[in-house]
Parts: sequence; C-alpha cells; structure tokens
Amino acid sequence: MANVPEDLHYSKDHEWVRVDGNEAIIGITDYAQNSLGDVVYVELPKAGDEFAANESFGSVESVKAVSEVFTPVAGTVATINESLADEPETVNSDPYGGGWMIRVKMSNPGEVDSLLTAAEYEDFTKAESE
Amino acid sequence: MVDFGGWDMPVQYPAGTIEEHLRTRTHAGLFDVSHMGEIDVRGADAIAFVNRITSNDTTKLVDGQAQYSALTTPEGTVIDDLVVYRLAADHLLLVVNASTTDKDWEWIKSNHSGESVELNNVSADYCQMALQGPDAKTILQTLTDVPLSEIKYYHFTRGNIDGVAGIISRTGYTGEDGFEVYAPPDRAEQLWNKILDAGKTDTPTGVLPCGLAARNTLRLEAGMALYGNELDESTTLLEANLGWICKLDKGDFIGREALARQKEEGVKRKLAGFEVVERGIARDHQDVVVAGQRVGTVTSGSPAPFLKKNIGFAYLPIEFASVGQEIQIDVRGKLVGAQVVKAPFYKRAK
Repeated sequence: MANVPEDLHYSKDHEWVRVDGNEAIIGITDYAQNSLGDVVYVELPKAGDEFAANESFGSVESVKAVSEVFTPVAGTVATINESLADEPETVNSDPYGGGWMIRVKMSNPGEVDSLLTAAEYEDFTKAESE
Repeated sequence: MVDFGGWDMPVQYPAGTIEEHLRTRTHAGLFDVSHMGEIDVRGADAIAFVNRITSNDTTKLVDGQAQYSALTTPEGTVIDDLVVYRLAADHLLLVVNASTTDKDWEWIKSNHSGESVELNNVSADYCQMALQGPDAKTILQTLTDVPLSEIKYYHFTRGNIDGVAGIISRTGYTGEDGFEVYAPPDRAEQLWNKILDAGKTDTPTGVLPCGLAARNTLRLEAGMALYGNELDESTTLLEANLGWICKLDKGDFIGREALARQKEEGVKRKLAGFEVVERGIARDHQDVVVAGQRVGTVTSGSPAPFLKKNIGFAYLPIEFASVGQEIQIDVRGKLVGAQVVKAPFYKRAK
C-alpha cells in the first residue's frame, strides 16, 4: 500500500504539496514513484520561473517512460532540489522528503484548499488502480 | 502489464528494470518469451524454400545449428528478422517476432510456390524461456543431463529440462551467454518456477525474473535491432548494418536484386548508434538534428543501465553517420547534444 502522509495536500496528477507559510514544496507521491519505476532523470525549471496552476513544470523519467509533472498551485519557483540532478533515485527512495522537487512562492495560497486531502487522495488512487 | 502483440506481458517484475538488467549482466535473468512465434517447415525442399525467402544462407546450416536471418521483400526491406533452426535436412523451425507472426505466416504461405514443403504455424505449441547471463549455464545445468558446455553459440540440442522434453538453444537477445529453452506450453509454469528455484532467485546474486523493459534495454545496449524500431518494411538490411546476413552470392532470394544494387550504389542512409553527451534522455521517434536541419529519427532511445549512459539508434544520412559525428536530439523541444559512436555499445568480456 502506498504511503500517503496526513499533513500534505494532493493533486489528481499525483503531486503532493507541503505548505510552509506562503510557499509550497512540491513533489510526486509514493504511488506515482511506484508506478513510474526507477527514476533515472528529473528535469526541473529554474528559480524565478512562473507557473499557473496545473501547468507542467518539468518531467520525471524512468528507464521506460517520461512523465510530466504539474504545479498543483500557481506561483513563482523559489528554489529547486539541485541534488536530484545527480541522485534522481531519491524520488523513489524518499518521495516526500529528499525527493522534493520545487519550492514555489504561491500567488494564491488559498488554492491549496481545492486540492485533495490524504484520505481523498487515497480513495482516488484506489479507484484509479481498479 | 502491457499488451504486446496480443500478449499480456509484464514490463517489469518487483525488482525493477535497472536491477533486472544489471543482474542479467552480472549473474542471470529469466525471460518468459513464449510470445515469440514458431513456424515449422518440413519436407524435401525445406532448405531450398527457406533459402529463397530469407537473406542468410540456409544451406550453410548443419543439424543442430541456428542462424540469424531475415524475411525480405523484393525491395530488400524487412518483413521480419528471425532465427532459423535446422532440426534435420528436411525440417527447419523459424522463430519469429510475436507482433509479426500472423503477417510472417501469410507472407511465407503466399511465397510458397511449388517447393515440396509442409508449412505449419506452430506458435501455440511452444513456450520459450530465455535464461541469460554469466551464471545461466551453471543454473540450467542443475536441471538437465545434457552437457551444456558442449552446445556452441548459435547451436542447439534436443533434451530434457527438469524432465520436460524440449529444445535447448545457446542463443539470446541480451548480449550475454545464455540459453533459450523451447518446450510444450503446459510446462511453462513448471520450467519458470524450477529455473528460478535452481537460480536461487531470492538471494542477492540469484536469477531475477525480467520483464519487457529489461529485455529492451539489454538488447539495445548489446546493439541488437528490434523489429518495428530499427527494422521494418521501409528499411533495407544494408541500411540496418545487417549486410552480414545478406548472402548475395548464395543464389536467388526475394530482395537479392535490390540489395545487390544498393550494395553497389552504396546506401544513402544507415543505422547509427549514438550516445547522448549532454543532460537528457533520447527516446524513440525523436528527431535528430545536425546544423539546424532535421536529418533523421531515433529508432530506439533509452538509458543504458549497465553502461550508465543514455544511448540510442537512429537512421542518418550516410554523411552524418560516421563515428564521432556530433548530432543533436530534439528531446521534447530541447536540443540535446549527442555523438555517433560505434555499436554495439556493450560487449561482454569473453
């Protein structure tokens, strides 16, 4: 069973959001990394890049496939996880910790309320894998 | 699971593609390749018939020998690549790709004219297990009395594996030493489980079950063509660097004239191996760019887990296909630098 931490917000594209003041830390879920398989490459934006909600901000590649990743909330990229360039496998081993991807200064912090709760996301993935 | 030529096939097992790939290179991997098609050719003219519809020289085979070859069109392009097994002077078995079995079968029947042969599509009569890697021989030897060391590369013998009568062939699609076992399909599960047990699958150096993704990365690293990617009815054998299976002097065969002409004139494009030198992974169907011009298409592009590089094949105009040529791959709109390199990318130490 995939790990779904209680304190995060989730998108239907399998990203998670951790709110830290006006900033959002974004990564992909345990369910997503498990479906992808071994992550071998992560393409991230640059600090300062602006994204609308649900816009593609980069891609995650396994041996077999490329998947786009989307910003669940609108904002400006404050920092990116540089360590994923050399250690993309952290996305598999620690998706909610060391595998974080970008930190975004939210343009509308209220947006997180429209995201899924842990329980809702768990139901969503159950329905999707059936 | 994915649909592959009508077969439900696992992309990977729980260990994951990278581990499956590495274990096959360092110890052993087991692949259920029962999806492969088998066409049985029997009769006095079996060799003459197959020699006329394939590009390699069937007459060179002896009993117990296998040969990589291709079914060619009159234009010298490829209906399918295959392995021809000589069971007897009047009995050959053609092992073809799953996705092309029906097409091949129709093609073979429609090109049969007058030769004394009986043709049968016996794809459903065989399962096929490929045990590949440096430990393959030791593992398989625990399940058979057949002295495996005596089977030379691209040779085979009939024999029992765990009491199941089958064909044991020293062939494979990974670039490693290994064996492919053909047996009745109702014994597939038994063979699969017995080989995994014999290979101590639950230990860190044991045999791992491998899925389609590892099969693809292993064959790509070893520089082997995949039908539908490097080979199809628009590419000739010479363009695909398969001149070594075009025996233009063996007598007439379908496509001989076109291939002989192309050989004389020289190919205008050819399949080139490349290595990505900047950050990024080339993928199938992406464009290849030289000096701002789109000059070719990636046929297979992937990370190479053992070499830890990103590699691929592409058809390139001959002037851009030499080793050392700098090219760019259009990776979803971003041009990523790459370089033509010598294939195979990986060659095992003998």
